[in-house]
Amino acid sequence: MPIDVEVQKKTRSLTYAEALREATAICMRKDPNILVIGEGVPDPKGIFGTTSGLREEFGAERVLDMPLSENGMTGVLIGLALAGFHPLMIHQRVDFALLAMDQIVNNAAKWHFMFNGKENVPMVVRVLVGRGWGQGPQHSQSLQALFAHIPGLKVVMPATPSDAKGMLISALEDKNPVIFMEHRWLHGFKDEVPEGFYRVPLNQARIAKKGSRATIATFSYMTIEALRAAKFLEEFGIDVEVVDMRSASPLDAQTVTDSVKKTGHLLVCDTGWKTGSVSGELVAQLTETGFAYLRKAPRRVALNDHPIPTSHYLASACYPEAEDIAREILLLLGTEKERGAFGSLERLRRKGPLDVPNFDFHGPF
Amino acid sequence: MKTGASVTPGELLALYRSMFRIRRIEESLAARYADQEMRCPVHLCVGQEAVSAGVCLALSRTDTVYSNHRAHGHYLAKGGDLNAFVAELYGKAGGCAGGFGGSMHLMDKRVGFLGCTPIVGSTVPLAAGSAWAHMLRKNQSVAIAFFGDGCFEEGVTHEAMNLAALKKLPLLFVCENNLFSVYTPLKERQPDRPIHEVAKAHGWGVHAGDGNDAAGVFEATRRAVAWAREGRGPQFLEFFTYRWLEHCGPNYDDHLSYRSEREFGQWKERCPVVSLERRLLDEKILDPKMTQEMKTEIECEIQAAFRFALLSPPPSAENLRQRVYAD
Repeated sequence: MPIDVEVQKKTRSLTYAEALREATAICMRKDPNILVIGEGVPDPKGIFGTTSGLREEFGAERVLDMPLSENGMTGVLIGLALAGFHPLMIHQRVDFALLAMDQIVNNAAKWHFMFNGKENVPMVVRVLVGRGWGQGPQHSQSLQALFAHIPGLKVVMPATPSDAKGMLISALEDKNPVIFMEHRWLHGFKDEVPEGFYRVPLNQARIAKKGSRATIATFSYMTIEALRAAKFLEEFGIDVEVVDMRSASPLDAQTVTDSVKKTGHLLVCDTGWKTGSVSGELVAQLTETGFAYLRKAPRRVALNDHPIPTSHYLASACYPEAEDIAREILLLLGTEKERGAFGSLERLRRKGPLDVPNFDFHGPF
Repeated sequence: MKTGASVTPGELLALYRSMFRIRRIEESLAARYADQEMRCPVHLCVGQEAVSAGVCLALSRTDTVYSNHRAHGHYLAKGGDLNAFVAELYGKAGGCAGGFGGSMHLMDKRVGFLGCTPIVGSTVPLAAGSAWAHMLRKNQSVAIAFFGDGCFEEGVTHEAMNLAALKKLPLLFVCENNLFSVYTPLKERQPDRPIHEVAKAHGWGVHAGDGNDAAGVFEATRRAVAWAREGRGPQFLEFFTYRWLEHCGPNYDDHLSYRSEREFGQWKERCPVVSLERRLLDEKILDPKMTQEMKTEIECEIQAAFRFALLSPPPSAENLRQRVYAD
């Protein structure tokens, strides 16, 4: 996919949610075959604002609510995709998409392959990862590894508003099924977003911050925490590189290898569980191809292997944040000079309730 | 009125030819299966040919069909290419899915046979999606999902039925009720109520009939297709029929005693191919000379298809990874 050189165009500050809405509208104006379907898509809340106003502009035939039939509707949309439409399906939590695993894994991912490349399933499934305000065991899973395991699916998880827009545009132009994962806490984040149409590739990591001492490879929301940690470490003269992976499949191990060649140290930060994870896959690939560049064993910051409980007293303790990332880097580098920073780690700890992304939020999600 | 009374002699002949051809193709596959060159599961439809022939004769080329694991009859009756079909079972490059699919992944888009898969219920919503596409494109076509009685136990079937009724999709479900899922009889899987009555409760138009009577299947389908085209919403057709051979494979499996000899005997008596042949001979629509000519022609076609399959080169394993994503 060509990288759009026009990314340099005029920008303005948009939230991640607004950027997604804008990308959808731009693509729908361009391609009449795009249909947007999901539970709550045209309702007054418009999937946290990401689909607001679309029905008014594009009509009820292209912007639809749906019966609570996740598997059946995924199959229906595959049928539409095979007939030349380009459906965008939205699940307010990725946990709901588990009901549709037969259609996603057995049909969408394999149709192109099992019919000898004669057909393809152009389809985007937006899935949201919940966190905080009592999301509990069945509304907080970050299941990128489950999808990334399946050949035939592309799995992306942009961390910034401009990537969210550019990657959704690319996904809506792609000929394959794309699982588009959005961490719920990112929806409110504001950043500069280019105007108009531009693409961000679905298979390339991005250097979010340049550095030389260690590489922090991050998935989705963990990019935000890693950048906080990086800023803190800078105060102590520790210059880390943050690589925002942007996609879980394909995994851009090359960009990470190039970074590690320079830094010799790797820390991978994932929003999912540790076992069988994309962070594990990235470490494995790096070890296979870039072992010689590693000065220490790679480390990971990820969720411990248990579900997230509902009570905020319990849940807040489950999520690693900037403090944990910075601590891992200090342990990884492990020189006398770095040890001075240990005493200050507490400064990274967020004040106030930890089950919400920022302090002006009063729930529920 | 006799079923099939509105069916013309030409249509009756077409039904007979279609059924006889499917029967002979299935028998030929069974005969050659022991050669161990068709190295994939086969779910033969011997005994059930009338449903395939009757339904597909009522369709246009542009109507779209999705099917299941027992798809040979559906594919062939819809006009799917025979050479590509046999080559697919031989795992050859000339197969309709280049050997990537096998017996349970047939496709011939040229004639509207859009695909089949063996996960029971899996293609049912795809047919609903196809019907929805017809409706959005206003092209007057209908979509059809073929499935068996077991598929009615899958949640996804009911999810698709709910949506199809809601949107009044131009969609037909053809339920081939052959009374068994592998070895398990219907009565161990479903309560004693007619399947099509459940479809009625979903808001569908329904019809139930003898699945071994090709003319009756054709008439009922023609009517249902007309209604679906007119925008009267989805139509459910339940046809009672019987699978003669084992669930999967080329043999009879009566020694397993999961069904009674008496029951099988009664269904065999009502062979869809033989009974229509008798009727055509009785009504002088067919004479022994015509029958012989037709049979010879079909045998030649089948022999040619096996030759094609055997001569077709094996697919290359070189570029498997290139098939995973479309560019």
